[in-house]
Amino acid sequence: MTITGVRGEERSDFTKQEGKRLRQRSLALLGSLLHPVRVRVYWTLVIVVISTAAQVAGPTLLALGIDQGLTQVVTNHNWLPAQLIVAAYVLTAITSASMMAIYMRSSAVISQSVLLDLRERVFAHTQNLSMSFHENYTSGRVIARQTSDIETLRELLDGGISNLFRGILLMTFTAAALIALDPSSAIPLLVALIPCYFLTRWFSDTSKKQFREARTFSARLIVQFVETMTGIRAVKAFRREERNEKSYALAVDDYREANRKVIRLFGTYDPGLKVIGVFTLAAVLILGSFRVANGAMDVGVLLAAVLYTRRFFEPMEELAMFYNSFQNASSALEKVSGMLEEQPSVTEPANPVHLAHPQGKLDFSHVRFGYNDSAVVLPDLDLHILAGQTIAVVGTTGAGKSTLAKLVARFYDPTSGTVSLDGIDLRELANADLRRAIVMVTQESYLFSGSVADNIGLGKPNATFDEVKQAAIAVGAHDFIMRLPEGYDTDVNKRGGRLSAGQRQLLSFARAFIADPTVLILDEATASLDIPSERLVQQGLQTLLADRTAIIIAHRLSTVSIADRVLVMEHGEIIEDGTPEELIEGTGKFASLHTAWRDSLA
Amino acid sequence: MTTTSEKESQLSTFSSLLRVYPFVQGALPRLIIGMVTALAAAATALSIPFALRWLVDNPLSTGDAAQIIPGVAVIFGLGLAEVTFIYLRRWLTLGPGVHLEGKMRNAIYVHLQRLPVAFHDKWQSGQLLSRAMGDISTVRRWISFALVQLVTSTIMLVTGFSLLFAFNALLGFIFLVCSLPLILISIRFQRQFTTLARSTQDQQGDLATAIEESVHGIRVLKSFGRAGEALEEFLEQANELRGTELAKGRANGRMWFWMLLIPDLGFAITLLLGIIQAEQGIVSVGTLIAFFATAALLKGPMQSIAPMLSISIEAASSLNRYFEVMNTPVEILELETATELPPGPGELVFEDVHFRYSDAQEHHADLLNGINLSIKPGETMALVGLTGSGKTSLTALTTRLFDVTSGRILIDGIDIRDVTIESLRTQVAMAFEDATLFSISVRDNVLLGREDLTDNPQLKDEAEELLQQSLDIAQADFARSLPKGVESKIGEEGLSLSGGQRQRLALARAIAVQPRILVLDDPLSALDVTTEAAVEKALRQVLATTTALIVAHRPSTVMLADRVALLHEGRILDVGTHSELLARCPEYRNVIASLDEEKR
Repeated sequence: MTITGVRGEERSDFTKQEGKRLRQRSLALLGSLLHPVRVRVYWTLVIVVISTAAQVAGPTLLALGIDQGLTQVVTNHNWLPAQLIVAAYVLTAITSASMMAIYMRSSAVISQSVLLDLRERVFAHTQNLSMSFHENYTSGRVIARQTSDIETLRELLDGGISNLFRGILLMTFTAAALIALDPSSAIPLLVALIPCYFLTRWFSDTSKKQFREARTFSARLIVQFVETMTGIRAVKAFRREERNEKSYALAVDDYREANRKVIRLFGTYDPGLKVIGVFTLAAVLILGSFRVANGAMDVGVLLAAVLYTRRFFEPMEELAMFYNSFQNASSALEKVSGMLEEQPSVTEPANPVHLAHPQGKLDFSHVRFGYNDSAVVLPDLDLHILAGQTIAVVGTTGAGKSTLAKLVARFYDPTSGTVSLDGIDLRELANADLRRAIVMVTQESYLFSGSVADNIGLGKPNATFDEVKQAAIAVGAHDFIMRLPEGYDTDVNKRGGRLSAGQRQLLSFARAFIADPTVLILDEATASLDIPSERLVQQGLQTLLADRTAIIIAHRLSTVSIADRVLVMEHGEIIEDGTPEELIEGTGKFASLHTAWRDSLA
Repeated sequence: MTTTSEKESQLSTFSSLLRVYPFVQGALPRLIIGMVTALAAAATALSIPFALRWLVDNPLSTGDAAQIIPGVAVIFGLGLAEVTFIYLRRWLTLGPGVHLEGKMRNAIYVHLQRLPVAFHDKWQSGQLLSRAMGDISTVRRWISFALVQLVTSTIMLVTGFSLLFAFNALLGFIFLVCSLPLILISIRFQRQFTTLARSTQDQQGDLATAIEESVHGIRVLKSFGRAGEALEEFLEQANELRGTELAKGRANGRMWFWMLLIPDLGFAITLLLGIIQAEQGIVSVGTLIAFFATAALLKGPMQSIAPMLSISIEAASSLNRYFEVMNTPVEILELETATELPPGPGELVFEDVHFRYSDAQEHHADLLNGINLSIKPGETMALVGLTGSGKTSLTALTTRLFDVTSGRILIDGIDIRDVTIESLRTQVAMAFEDATLFSISVRDNVLLGREDLTDNPQLKDEAEELLQQSLDIAQADFARSLPKGVESKIGEEGLSLSGGQRQRLALARAIAVQPRILVLDDPLSALDVTTEAAVEKALRQVLATTTALIVAHRPSTVMLADRVALLHEGRILDVGTHSELLARCPEYRNVIASLDEEKR
């Protein structure tokens, strides 16, 4: 079993080595996230040092005030020490409060910079990952990684790290102050660290597994939630509500139980540390009391020693809380870092070739391709398309038409052989040039939230409104857009709920039109158009396709008539190739398809 | 006119937090006992200085060594008692917190599933997701930690101040006066922070939406090479969120500044006055020590007010966001008197049906403007009309995904609003234009509407037969040759289905319901001619006994139907057979006659 990338992410029981590797991976990610802000981290640390020093000085000054200041006043009527001590106390109070305020701001900056960095990395990486990844990894899980998992890191950074800094410092300072005040009182304190260490190890081992489970369950919740809400029409129409409620309730239960276990563990760990604290306090007190009784120690010193011992254990809770959120965040980071570890199978070349003025010549040379090792979709495809040619590809489902299109759009790379544009292997071509040159429009016309104009404009960043409008007119979408409540400014709502499938297809046509690519691929892109729209599109298509290479995959043979050349595919091979007229007059597959289609129009 | 959101924002933090009450009701005793144990813990903590004072004033000053051991033992016992109470408090408040989280999460999911499609069209799903995940967790943390601490801190402060007064009224009074400005600062902080908390939560929801769209729309982004632009836009939003979070950090910084400074200043003043009083012999040294030990214990609760206030404000804002969804009424409801739709031949009648979307502009005419259409039992009616003419909306009315604005839809003479939604949707099955499949197995997707069969192990064979039959009719035999056959999970295992394949599975799903009425929205659009012909041939057997309403864009689909209805400008312009309409209706010719046909 492997744990590379996202594999094994649903598991929570890892072997020692696997656990170590995962921990290293998430720590490395955390380290690389903190690296750019390290200077700020350092000086924030200094702020914390000062603020904590001021806080620790407080009780010392109080003890001094009662011991020295009071004694001097009572015995010598000397007010100066008391006044000085009070002034010093005020000064430390102001310092500690201002440092704390600065610290709060600065740690927010650190936390937010790290989060922004991670958000950017994960978002960019997700976009960069190939279609083969996205087709294997439920979209809901990608969303979970980017929302709730990152949120746990936020909890760590917001609360946890400040707890850690302050906790460690407070403890160090308190211990130092105690040693300075009375070294022998500090011995129990140092001894107490030993049981603390073992308790922490126990907590670490047991909580890790629970935290991992909690992350997995939380992702499961998100997956189901997102699916239900995006597919609400089907949910309602097929009465899935009750069934969904049940399975969601189960997922909620799992998540809740995982959370409960985690919190309960912490509820044992933290009081455990406190018990150690009580023992230590008693030891300090008993040792000190005898010394006070013997006259070897001042009452004020004992009081301070007791206060310090209590203080020493107070940040323990904060440290424990830090450790808790650290465990939580690191199990989330295990999963996030796993996704970041995934390598896109389709990569931007190291030394990209630029193609400023593509002509549109496409060549498949001995292309072999399969989505997985077992099933080969295209055994050996050899196809040469001249610049400016309009190609129609027909054939039954599973013949490999869409695969051919996806290879041209470089959603996938061939297993062997090459696909090239103007003689340049697509794998060598700079991504930006490739995407400018080749655009694919699929049957599924996804619309993003925003206005109609925004959605068309996606095809060409910085497009003017006029260009958007011209594109809409060209594909025949202008009329229906003008009938929308706010024309081009109409919000398409979530997933274009209000637009019909045909209207959405027209918008994606306009989007492709405005992108003005050299090679245009239309994969079943006219399926949902009604006949008048298709008629308009087809008129548009003729101008649209006039000076560019086009690959049209269409079930409707009406579109085929505008093609220069028709390919009939079956089982990944091209079985017929010729002009529409030639093929219609022949006796092949296309001729019979054409007859069947003619009949269907009757 | 006051909108709901305006009213919502006027709720005070306190009254917003009270809205959580229904979810904690049952757990209230536990919570209260939890608070009591927390108080017990605090009281024990407060009592330790007393013991300490006794120890300092008596055995230590008299030098009576025999009393030292019992004195320390008492302090030790008190320490252990404090830890025990803390442990109990955690254990007691853990349950209500996680239970509340579970209950709230289930409740919003259930409610969202009941809310009509119109609601889901309006709301971005990222906003819903952030409510169901982040906001609810915030409330849980508040219940489990902040609420108890807030209550106990307050009680501790009151008790602690009373003790301080008991030790020395003047010093206590001075310390109290010095602490009062904290209240003013808290109020100011609350005002600022409420707005900020709400903004960050809303921005998080927007960010979730952007993430969701970037994943669902990945094909478009990839094919246009717009990953960079998407990232830029995402970063813009993420930066905005960062800005608000930083503003929160600054507000918190200011709050902390005063929260730390004010008690310390109070300390300094009382220390000075304490020394003066001690000099005058008004208080003993022991009293002074105990006074400051107690006052030091009060610093904790005083300082904890700042973070507790932030968490409470965030929780209040989260609860407001949560209840914005929960308080949205479910507009499509069953009547109290609703009965099961009785079996019948399956006549579907539209009677003067009007429909408009609630957010349509007033001057626009109704989208469906008086539809009168009657589909006889067993008849197949094709619905033809231009893109955007309301065909899909009309089909959505039949299963009450939307309700008619006025008029009636009758099945065998019964208004569909008079029967239970469950029974209505059992008898009317739909296939949508965009075939939504779920990430469950192919089998579960196809048998989605047949819980009656899939839940009953005895009917396993029947379910299997129906599955195969439905796949056959929809010509979806490709499903059997998938990596794991019909057990293959959609959306995973490298399964990328073409539009045509998805559409056929969606069709099989509708057929498997074996409904009285079948409503198909352009179900064959993505099929090639041969497959389409095969589906049609097989579908005819089903349609022979089923009433059907089929949205059609192609003559070939129209051929399935006995009659055709033409939807034009919100009304049914004409009903007749395909050839009748072709002959007499120019609008129909415009819609259905293809380019080639005109050429011919």
